[in-house]
Amino acid sequence: MDTFLWIVRVGAIILLIWGVAGTVVQGLSGQGPTGEAWRDLVVAGIAQGAMYGLIALGYSMVYGVLGFINFAHGEVFMSGGMVGFFVANYLWEVRLWETNFVLAILLVLLSSILTSTLVAVIVERIAYRPLRASPRLIPLITSIGISFFLQYTFAGLFGVAVKNYPPPPDSLRSRVSLLGLEIEGSKLLVIVVAVATMVGLYLFVEKTRTGRSIRAVAEDKEIAALMGIDVNRTIVATFAVGGAMAGVAGTLWALLFRGVSFITGFLPGIKAFTAAVLGGIGNLPGAMAGGVLLGLFEGVGPQLVLAGFGIPGVSQLKDVVAFTALVLVLIFKPTGLFGERLSAEDRA
Amino acid sequence: MASSRPVLEFRNVHTHYGPVHILKDVSLSIYEGQIVCLLGGNASGKTTTLKTVLGMVVPTAGEVLIEGEVVNGWRTAQIVARGVSMVPENRRLFKRMTVRENLEIGAYLRKDDTSADYERILDMFPRLKERLGQRAGTLSGGEQQMVAVGRALMARPRVLLMDEPSMGLAPVLVAQNFDIIRQINEAGTTVFVVEQNANMALSIADYGYVLQTGKIVLADTAPNLLANPEMRQAYLGEVG
Ligand SMILES: Nc1ncnc2c1ncn2[C@@H]1O[C@H](COP(=O)(O)OP(=O)(O)O)[C@@H](O)[C@H]1O
Ligand SMILES: [Mg+2]
Repeated sequence: MDTFLWIVRVGAIILLIWGVAGTVVQGLSGQGPTGEAWRDLVVAGIAQGAMYGLIALGYSMVYGVLGFINFAHGEVFMSGGMVGFFVANYLWEVRLWETNFVLAILLVLLSSILTSTLVAVIVERIAYRPLRASPRLIPLITSIGISFFLQYTFAGLFGVAVKNYPPPPDSLRSRVSLLGLEIEGSKLLVIVVAVATMVGLYLFVEKTRTGRSIRAVAEDKEIAALMGIDVNRTIVATFAVGGAMAGVAGTLWALLFRGVSFITGFLPGIKAFTAAVLGGIGNLPGAMAGGVLLGLFEGVGPQLVLAGFGIPGVSQLKDVVAFTALVLVLIFKPTGLFGERLSAEDRA
Repeated sequence: MASSRPVLEFRNVHTHYGPVHILKDVSLSIYEGQIVCLLGGNASGKTTTLKTVLGMVVPTAGEVLIEGEVVNGWRTAQIVARGVSMVPENRRLFKRMTVRENLEIGAYLRKDDTSADYERILDMFPRLKERLGQRAGTLSGGEQQMVAVGRALMARPRVLLMDEPSMGLAPVLVAQNFDIIRQINEAGTTVFVVEQNANMALSIADYGYVLQTGKIVLADTAPNLLANPEMRQAYLGEVG
């Protein structure tokens, strides 16, 4: 068994090196993407990864306090993006979108955050709280049900067609120069907003009273209650904060891709879950780093590794790369990149 | 020493875990300023008694009173706010938090200035001063006990509950631990300590109860219990 694992590990490394070497050879012989194209892949990867990281935080936080994966979290993200679309569309119609884009996008962001937070909190109250005493498999299965419920509620209410946000202003579509790098404006905005949000979350969890009670409840609910912490309220706060992060991600998604539909939460949800596992589930900086890494893997990986094997049309294989990256990380480090192995006592 | 009304009182308390009857007609009184110990072997219901005080276990019959007020059915946070805190069995620190955070979280419900208590606790346990920024999970057992006691004291309790403070500690640390309990009591905190180590507990206690499969079988002043031949034989490890 162990030998088998080692064979897989060595094989994975050989394949990786082989692919990268192939790409380098192609590059030296003048084929393959230019330096500029590589840079764009990296920037796009980081921007998308930062968005995954924001969603991943919600998976990780809920896992931290309740010990199960809330598979409905992708739909929490989608609901923010969806409601944000209607607000954006309205603002487009009243021309605020063009005249004052900053104000408009702030309003969209706000509506997205409010929606996602509300959905997350309501789901906790209705679907998960009654199952608090059940084995963890039960809320996990419930969350899959909630996920479908939310998808088809949105499909039923707003139709199944993809809804496109109004086009962003020219300033976001053109390139801006930052530290000598030319970066597409919208990607830069996404990265800046994501980083600011993550820093805000980190300070919230580390420095505030509510943040501390979230950490306490994650470690030991009984002792948290003994300190006078209201465990139920803290769990609601956890869902709310995770939902708010997903709401921010909803607007960032719109900035990157414009289109939202009832199914928009599915793939980013799974990817963000992947990112959370990649970073070590339950670990917040890990979730953020896992998101950025996953974004980079899928942004650069196809060109860097798969192209080296001479596979055509690699850019369409980013999902394959993303999930292969997950499998590889788990083969090498089962607790995720930054995960700590929790003793049975800690998990109790 | 004993004032007229107990700070903490059980009146004919019964508790159940599902169908299992644990505490059976337990009555006890703890007066202000006392150290009272509850002795009993494994699984006799000692921890259950403390959890019942804190509302983590709700009596199926009988009354729990704090300063004369019935607190049955109160939430734990309400009882903590009323001035009861606990050093739990096996210390149960927040291992991923720093020592400082563990101490601060003990004062979670307090709105007043806690810095005086913080200083007092660090004076009581000078070893913790160099470890304030360290994660609690990395401390030794003795240091963890100090943090657990400090955390409970940060709430500035009127009554401090201690669940087997000597469990898992080296003998020299056990003695230190009981010294600390005496100090805390002398500073004005009523202490209710649960122990299997009867000799040690009775040496500092004013009054003791002996619990056997959920029933109080003996109750007397500490000197009387120490002198009681039945007690010596059954709990102090002496052969008749
Ligand atoms: N949560 C629980 N559910 C069911 N039975 C329990 C629970 N906690 C304790 N018990 C049982 O109650 C009895 C008393 O336990 P406890 O109060 O922990 O004893 P002690 O602290 O004296 O060792 C034991 O038989 C124990 O198995
Ligand atoms: Mg016990």
